[in-house]
Amino acid sequence: MAGVAAEAAAAPRSGGARVFIRRNPTIVIGGALLIVMLILALLAPFIAGDPLHVAPVNRLQPPDLTNLFVAGAMDRFGTDNLGRDVFARTIYGARVSLLVGIAVAFFSTTIGLFVGLAAGYYRALDTIIMRLMDALMAIPGILLAIALVALTRGGVPVVIFAITVPEIPRVVRLVRAVVLTVRERPFIDAAVSVGSRPRKVILRHILPNTLAPLIVQATYVCASAILVEAGLSFLGAGVPPEIPTWGNMIAQSRLFLSRAPWTVFFPGACLAIVVLAINLVGDGLRDRLDPRLARRMR
Amino acid sequence: MIAYIIRRLVATIPVMLLVAVIVFLLVHLAPGDPASVIAGDNATSDQIASIRAALGLNRPLWEQFAIWIGHVLQGDLGHSLFWNRPVAELILQRAEPTISLAITTLILAVTISITLGVLAAWKAGSGLDRAVMGVAVTGFSVPVFVVGYLLVFVFAIQLRWLPVQGYRPIADGLWPWFERLILPSIALGLAYVALIARITRTTMLEVLAEDYIRTAEAKGVATRPMLLKHALKNAAVPIVTIVGIGVALLIGGVVITETVFNIPGIGRLVVDAIARRDYPIIQGVILVFSGVYVLVNLAVDISYTFFDPRVRY
Repeated sequence: MAGVAAEAAAAPRSGGARVFIRRNPTIVIGGALLIVMLILALLAPFIAGDPLHVAPVNRLQPPDLTNLFVAGAMDRFGTDNLGRDVFARTIYGARVSLLVGIAVAFFSTTIGLFVGLAAGYYRALDTIIMRLMDALMAIPGILLAIALVALTRGGVPVVIFAITVPEIPRVVRLVRAVVLTVRERPFIDAAVSVGSRPRKVILRHILPNTLAPLIVQATYVCASAILVEAGLSFLGAGVPPEIPTWGNMIAQSRLFLSRAPWTVFFPGACLAIVVLAINLVGDGLRDRLDPRLARRMR
Repeated sequence: MIAYIIRRLVATIPVMLLVAVIVFLLVHLAPGDPASVIAGDNATSDQIASIRAALGLNRPLWEQFAIWIGHVLQGDLGHSLFWNRPVAELILQRAEPTISLAITTLILAVTISITLGVLAAWKAGSGLDRAVMGVAVTGFSVPVFVVGYLLVFVFAIQLRWLPVQGYRPIADGLWPWFERLILPSIALGLAYVALIARITRTTMLEVLAEDYIRTAEAKGVATRPMLLKHALKNAAVPIVTIVGIGVALLIGGVVITETVFNIPGIGRLVVDAIARRDYPIIQGVILVFSGVYVLVNLAVDISYTFFDPRVRY
């Protein structure tokens, strides 16, 4: 499989950027959307006003998209029921979503990788680890996250931890499945018979084979983490309400849905666009890196 | 067959036991004193002391677990601090709206998604196929509450076709009950439809490429029986599996959907408990929902023998 992935990765270099775009429209579209979002989130202090500034005089002002590129305009996305700038809050909300998504993807794939390698390689550990993962998977992820957040009381690190825990079992199962098939291949027997220690066999020979499906999985974990974070914020079990997130913006504005639909629409649309972009990148990467999985999922 | 069912049933015991251990440890390994966590923010020191005694917190951890699991097995999920009533009773009271929502969503989503998946596979590469796959990717990306508010805005506020929110018991009549479940079911079911339609299409494509399908076509079997009897039945095992696994999506989504549409079910019970730090309720609902998930997937495992007689473990 590593061979196939390498071939696939090598192919576009001969044709240049245009061929890459034509062959991977989903990666390019999704990636472009994500990069725009990332830049907006990083530059938030320079392009958006104060997301926390309350101005009851200006409450529920409708959006005026003609001002979109006017620096300092308050009515780009309109204002919410406290007169806060919806544009600024949406841009700052992107920071929380992207941070949580990327952090959860990183931690859950890293932890899941090593647990999965251990479960797949050491038969003695396999049953214990996998039963534990079965149990973790039986607990609905958002409820487990709610319980963890409710116990330890908010903050972004707690939210990241609470979303990471329920994502780990899926990664473990994936890695273990790859290890189980790779372990039976002749080059592993060869490595063992020339006296390589288990640690070296795992890290040098097995681990590289798990990377392609793991990268694909990481994008799906990232998308799912952003959705769960938004759900937690929406339910009031996420980051503290004074930090604007797409989830708590919608929760705080929902009573004004009929009078001021824009207060719900803009954060909701951004949420959907970001998650869709990540899923598109994930689908594209899957088709490129992991043809076997691609055939099963398509 | 019966031996198989019993074996599968026995196999769920360690999983449920581990779920119980995790739920138990959640409270006991968290920073701070479990008794004060369970007692909530406004508890007096007397209340905390009595909870500590009831939980046996001065005993070793495994003994505490034994006491707790003993209570759980007798249906005692603890006592709600806010309501001052048994958690099990509260969950039972709120069960009807949640079960109604889950069942209407399940029926709606499974019918729609399998139809879409079969049609997409049958007309693979067509505009219909692309549209179905587009819905599948989008359905996975839009969160339940965004879909919910969008539906409310269009169909309840603008068009005024359906009620904005709320729930009526089924005893009040079928239509008032169903009318308030239409929008919640669509919002909750969208991701589920996306998931099942995708898997249905994939497995149907594999099955439709089999020799016996060509044989069936060659001997003149009409399209509909060919698709349904010959192909879909053979594609059933992966589809039923994903229907079972996807129930996790439904359970997570129920909590959010009930908040969006103000449905007084078990999900709302949990959400209200978050703000009140009513920990016994959160613990109890996690146990019940996990139990439901495990049982649904047990049912899925057992259904394999019906769809595929070769399954004999």
